[in-house]
Amino acid sequence: MASRLRLDERSFRLPAGLTRSADDRVLAGVGGGIGHHLGVDPTVVRLALVVLSFANGLGLALYLAGWAMLPADRAGDAPGTVEDRPPSAERAVGLGLLTLGTLLLFGQAGLLLPAGVVWAVALSAIGFGLVWTRTDEESRTRGLLLRVVGGGLLLVVGLGLLFASGGVLSTIGGLGLAVLATGVGVTLLLGPWIARLWRDLTVERRERIRSEERSEIAAHLHDSVLQTLALIQRAEAPGRARTLARRQERELRAWLFDERPPDNAGVAATIGTALERVVTDVEDVHDVEVDLVVVGECPMEPRLDALVAAVREAAHNAARHAGVAEVSVYVEVEPHKVTAYVRDRGKGFVLDTVESGRVGVRESIIGRMARHGGRAEVHTGPSEGTEVVLEVGRNPTREGVT
Amino acid sequence: MTAPRVFLVDDHQMFRAGVRAELGEAVEVVGEAADVESAVQGLRATDPEVVLLDVHLPGGGGRAVLETIKPERPDLVFLALSVSDAAEDVIAVIRAGARGYVTKTISSDDLAAAITRVRDGDAVFSPRLAGFVLDAFAGDPPTEAADPQLEQLSPREREVMRLIARGYTYKEIARRLSLSVKTVETHVSAVLRKLQLSSRHELTRWATDRRLI
Repeated sequence: MASRLRLDERSFRLPAGLTRSADDRVLAGVGGGIGHHLGVDPTVVRLALVVLSFANGLGLALYLAGWAMLPADRAGDAPGTVEDRPPSAERAVGLGLLTLGTLLLFGQAGLLLPAGVVWAVALSAIGFGLVWTRTDEESRTRGLLLRVVGGGLLLVVGLGLLFASGGVLSTIGGLGLAVLATGVGVTLLLGPWIARLWRDLTVERRERIRSEERSEIAAHLHDSVLQTLALIQRAEAPGRARTLARRQERELRAWLFDERPPDNAGVAATIGTALERVVTDVEDVHDVEVDLVVVGECPMEPRLDALVAAVREAAHNAARHAGVAEVSVYVEVEPHKVTAYVRDRGKGFVLDTVESGRVGVRESIIGRMARHGGRAEVHTGPSEGTEVVLEVGRNPTREGVT
Repeated sequence: MTAPRVFLVDDHQMFRAGVRAELGEAVEVVGEAADVESAVQGLRATDPEVVLLDVHLPGGGGRAVLETIKPERPDLVFLALSVSDAAEDVIAVIRAGARGYVTKTISSDDLAAAITRVRDGDAVFSPRLAGFVLDAFAGDPPTEAADPQLEQLSPREREVMRLIARGYTYKEIARRLSLSVKTVETHVSAVLRKLQLSSRHELTRWATDRRLI
């Protein structure tokens, strides 16, 4: 319901899809957004806006309207404050031009301001824009110094001109004027830094609180729920309860202690998470314990999908046919290959007798591995247990996470 | 063979009671403790052979107990027991001197066997611990190691670790590699010693990655 309302409000205001560009922008991304929407080079749009600005400030009005009304093109990135954008001299000049244009527009509207004031304010705006850019990532470069000194100078000159020209402010006495000028200058120069510092501090504090809370929860859950789950597994609980306890213990532990890259839309990001899912599934379906040990870690790739699928099949087979409560899965990730062992101590079987009849081993395991350039071996015999060895090469151009 | 004298250190009363009941005749429980302080006092007052030590304990964790008691009683062997098998927890306790590590979900029979084995001087490797060790010693041999003998696993030791990680018992490994069980135990003890003594730069990095150090 809420989203519906929001949609209505939007469609009433704007053509769908027209946004302020977050990536391609000089000032607020209006030119970039319009350009992308119309399929025109944003520079053309920007030039058009500048040209239109000379026609009674129409371009300027359009730009300001766009800034105010167009949504930012990324959710959560909405009305972007200036300090969130990458630094650029263009933006400073743009800000200056915008200020200049606005003042000229005032002039045309009959609100006459002395020319000195107009230029001084525009100059100050450029200086302010230069100072007021993001500095986190470039704080150690020479460019910063140049920018700040240049910007500060422009700002001071601009303000000086403004106050020297008297105009509207001439009624305040000399001392008041000096105090005011210093105050405005300092505020303009340092304000953004203080604001940014404050914001960084807030973000950091929020992060710290969050991680503290998380480790507190982790400690608590570890001391309570995880222990209970372990106890249930030890007790003579019915098979179903044991399976559930095992599964929840695994999930909880993964949530508490794992720092693997998050999965993307239900697709496991690494072979470790993919295998954990396989194990959870097998334990869910059959009342067995699957002991998974993974050495090394790497991102998933198509050939590894085949390996994981074969592991799944082998583990299912072991759980279904071996008649034991425990299955071991061991996977080792090496730079150029991944090897998996699925083992049980069950009753085993004579390979020749089942080979023609059962699709599982021959097709889902041996065939699948062969198709992906890997190999599969089954070591078994009556009452000897079964071990399935799977091996597939890795794409050597892709670097593992280890 | 007499039943090993065991001291239980675990902050969960239910768990201690469960272990006591399940192990029954297999071991003689001489004491229990629920936190680091009472464990240290209890261990000084009693004469156990094996300490079943929970990795997570109020007051500093199992590692704190190990670091306090081990210098006073070097003969005492510790078997780490944990519900969380996060790599950093396990390796930290092993590095502090525990002779082995098992998870709390281990069956009673296996637990009794593991206790007897550490009592008799062997190391106890669960598949998961073997996996952690292989992970920690993975990669190329170090280039400027202080003691290459110590800084990496021999091919045989690596092979034994792999088989343990694959779920094989010492007896099965011995048969498979045509060795005596005693030789397998020697290899396993050597790996444990390397893990505890190694200053290997790779191991340090591995530990740092897992916030161990």
